[in-house]
Amino acid sequence: MTHRSAGRLEALLLRRAFVMTAETSPPDAASAESVLDRASCLKGLADAVNVTDGAGARAHMSAIACAAILAQHGIEPVLQFTVRDRNRLALQGDLIGAAALGIPNILCLHGDDPKNGDQPETKPVYDIDSRTLMTTARRLREEGLLPSGRPVAPAPRLLIGAADAPQDPKPEWKPDGLKAKIEAGADFVQTQYCFDLAMLRRYLARLSDHGILERLYVIVGIGPIASAKSARWMNEHLFGVTIPEAVIARLEAASDQWAEGRKICVELLQELSEIDGVAGAHLMGPRQEPAIAEAIAESGLLKKRQAA
Amino acid sequence: MYSVRLSSIRHARALEVFYNAFEPAMVLLAPLLKRVGYGRLERPVAAVERTVKGFLFDCQMCGQCALSSTGMSCPMNCPKSLRNGPCGGVRENGHCEVKPEMKCVWVQAWEGSRRMRTGAKILDVQKPVDNRLKGRSSWLKVVRDKTEPAETPAKPGGKPAAGAVKTGAKAPT
Repeated sequence: MTHRSAGRLEALLLRRAFVMTAETSPPDAASAESVLDRASCLKGLADAVNVTDGAGARAHMSAIACAAILAQHGIEPVLQFTVRDRNRLALQGDLIGAAALGIPNILCLHGDDPKNGDQPETKPVYDIDSRTLMTTARRLREEGLLPSGRPVAPAPRLLIGAADAPQDPKPEWKPDGLKAKIEAGADFVQTQYCFDLAMLRRYLARLSDHGILERLYVIVGIGPIASAKSARWMNEHLFGVTIPEAVIARLEAASDQWAEGRKICVELLQELSEIDGVAGAHLMGPRQEPAIAEAIAESGLLKKRQAA
Repeated sequence: MYSVRLSSIRHARALEVFYNAFEPAMVLLAPLLKRVGYGRLERPVAAVERTVKGFLFDCQMCGQCALSSTGMSCPMNCPKSLRNGPCGGVRENGHCEVKPEMKCVWVQAWEGSRRMRTGAKILDVQKPVDNRLKGRSSWLKVVRDKTEPAETPAKPGGKPAAGAVKTGAKAPT
């Protein structure tokens, strides 16, 4: 298989290494230092770092600028691309621009609704949907063509990601959504938080039955949970998140919930790395970059990977 | 209808006189409207407003009417939805860059405002559109803005938007 991007993330995925991606959010500050203050602890630990795009429907430093700063400083970004704030012309321009700035990976998303943000009176754009964005990015990469047919040379070589939310598959459930995302151009998915590995195994078995796993890298979302309270909050407020009661009970019983959350994260990392069909783990958490870095280091998975 | 829209601008002064009577009358009705319930009135009043203003002005129901500040020329009919003056593309004959067959909405606005007593309001700067209000009755919003005290800002730095926030929160569209 030829490389689709110039990124290290893809190189690792291709040789079936267990990848670990992290997440950072662009700061409310106009300096490269403030980006690096947050994210540089992940350097050399996370294989790639997602950069959120107007998370929570609020304005921050632009994701593309933040991702470019990371790329310039040796941290490979996964640039999150929402279709909420830009029309197709702006999105296409940014796909080309992102590649030119040395950003090798994108994650195509719909974006949080402005109603939940701090400027709910704004106009959500949604000129195209995230699936069309993936198709646009793939056509640019494979054919070097914009939707209008106008050529772009050299073409932007971007590894294309989509979001997914693992679920306990009912007998009749089929992964039609993921199939559509693959058809649209997804090379990998990063999932919503998934702390229930028994459920994940059933989900992956179903994906495998439908031939999804040969065509798509599934990177499973986990993270250091700060406290039992925050776990409960996520269960109630975040779409597709189920943190099992057992995990919450364990956090509650701990004297230091924050440390326990990180310990659970390390254990999950180690377990995930043993599950067939899991391409890697995606570690998320608002302002949790240092905890994520520590969890990756403590898991010992990087050393294990080097030894292999 | 385009011809009616143009005629409304020619009769901007008459419409101004009508509005100057209509608005206080609506405000006087506020206690009654409140008792019936603004939530319940929203749909029927918006339907009437859409019909009347749609006929007279090609109203787009932005929910935050600016007609009295724009010479009775609805700025939402501008293909670029410009609410603070024309773009640089106005043709020599005063027609629109995007729709050459249409007179520029802002050329019309200036014409209408010159006919009005309070035409100088065209110089007021219009705030960016609150997209939550689209499709809602602007009349009811005016009544509520004038009769109900402004809400205190929810967050530091937030704008004290009065009726906008309230109506939006009651019945999200």
